[in-house]
Amino acid sequence: MTKALRINESTEKGIIEFLKFLLEKGKVKAVFSLKKISDNGAVAYSLITDPDELKDAVPFYPLMPVNAGKLLSRFTLKEGTRKPVIAVLKPCELRGFVELLKREQGSLENLYIISSICCGVFPSKTEVDGNAEKNLSKYWDTVKKGEISPDIRSVCKACEEFIPYTADLTVDYLGNNDIDKKCLIYLNNKNGEDLAKDMKGDFSEKELDRKKIDKIKEKRLAEKKKLYDKIDSKMKGIDGLVNVFGRCIGCHGCSKVCPICYCKLCEFESPDSEYSPSNYETELRKRGGLKVPPGTIYYHLGRITHIGISCVACGQCNDVCPVEIPVADIFKKVGESIQKMFDYIPGKDLEEEIPLVTFKQEEFAEVEE
Amino acid sequence: MVKNDDFMPRILAFLCNWCSYAGADLAGTSRLKYPASILPIRVMCSSRVDPLFVLRAYLGGADGVLVAGCHPGDCHYQEGNYYTRRRFAALKKIVETIGLDSDRLRLSWVSASEGQKYAKVATEFTNKIKELGENSAKTKIFL
Repeated sequence: MTKALRINESTEKGIIEFLKFLLEKGKVKAVFSLKKISDNGAVAYSLITDPDELKDAVPFYPLMPVNAGKLLSRFTLKEGTRKPVIAVLKPCELRGFVELLKREQGSLENLYIISSICCGVFPSKTEVDGNAEKNLSKYWDTVKKGEISPDIRSVCKACEEFIPYTADLTVDYLGNNDIDKKCLIYLNNKNGEDLAKDMKGDFSEKELDRKKIDKIKEKRLAEKKKLYDKIDSKMKGIDGLVNVFGRCIGCHGCSKVCPICYCKLCEFESPDSEYSPSNYETELRKRGGLKVPPGTIYYHLGRITHIGISCVACGQCNDVCPVEIPVADIFKKVGESIQKMFDYIPGKDLEEEIPLVTFKQEEFAEVEE
Repeated sequence: MVKNDDFMPRILAFLCNWCSYAGADLAGTSRLKYPASILPIRVMCSSRVDPLFVLRAYLGGADGVLVAGCHPGDCHYQEGNYYTRRRFAALKKIVETIGLDSDRLRLSWVSASEGQKYAKVATEFTNKIKELGENSAKTKIFL
């Protein structure tokens, strides 16, 4: 059983009330949340200190302009925040942040996390097209029914990790018909309880409704299978790779937005990756022709070997790809295949080591021949 | 894939300085016969082999890539080869999942006294690659 707070407002309003309460009581000095930045539906992550500014905050808006895990890492990279801040994150953003923390790319100091049982986000394109606002009521309808919205990202539809692992507070709106009337927040630990103390509402002991969770998980598993089958049908041999990645224009946008790719000097952008005339000559002697510059497939496969183990499948890379390569779909599948070898769920537990920087003496004997 | 009897694979081998490279040396000084298909690269430890090296070799057209190091527990740097083993297992899984031929990658433990084993690994792996045929990445123009 977990302690829970029920605020008798709509979920949308209740969260804002709660965040306002935290600011006004001085329990936190700032709120990190999505906020509307113009009336054309654009949203951006913002730090908010003035309670009145919260009126435009949209904490659980189904868009992910940036993986906020990456933002929090940058925010706390040099030192942890000196004053208490509460950040509203989606579960995969939180997991991305935890993976970055494991790599010493940020700090949890004075940072509280509020997350939710996630129902997925729209592709960023939806925002550009102006469809985000339009699809919003449809989205919340599917959330109430505990179904998968048809408009969310492909990886969101196939996501099984939609319950946050390490949040102090978890907002639950999945499959709740009465989200227009109530706002349910689970207080997962002492921090969460301290924050919620004295907030207006009903406190109780509650347990997550496993049945509804399992129901949606089943649906998502079916979506995942569909997604993976689609990848399998395309990715066959070196020709399959050429077909899939052939359109890549080498912008490296997928690595720029990736919450796990944090290297200041990326191997693939370093002088080591440049081809000299003699490299070209060597390759041309073998092949009789060569794409300029070479290394497209090497880049994508290389990135999988570097970050696959920690890929949280947030889908940012799908979104930014200008030539619509399903990078995230592929990374989700390949990443999961190696994560399973180590029973590793990236971002689940801060104390758990990244599998590739540790070992057991007795394991994988079958790999050696 | 081209398959013919004249096909002599080109196999890139990353050999650790302390065990496998010495093992290869021993195979030579003991005058053991093994195919001339192996191009050795000496690394200080098998764990120096970034999976990127293997991928680059594969995409560059190597028919096979061998990584060889000291037996578990015998690493000159105490535990390097344990990391190698994990990374290699993960790399093989990635290669397999992405639809490439993971049989072209091999990890073997060869100690400095195992000239025999080195010759055996080289012969076996060469035969295996001969069965698989040429690496089709060798002639790809888009890479």
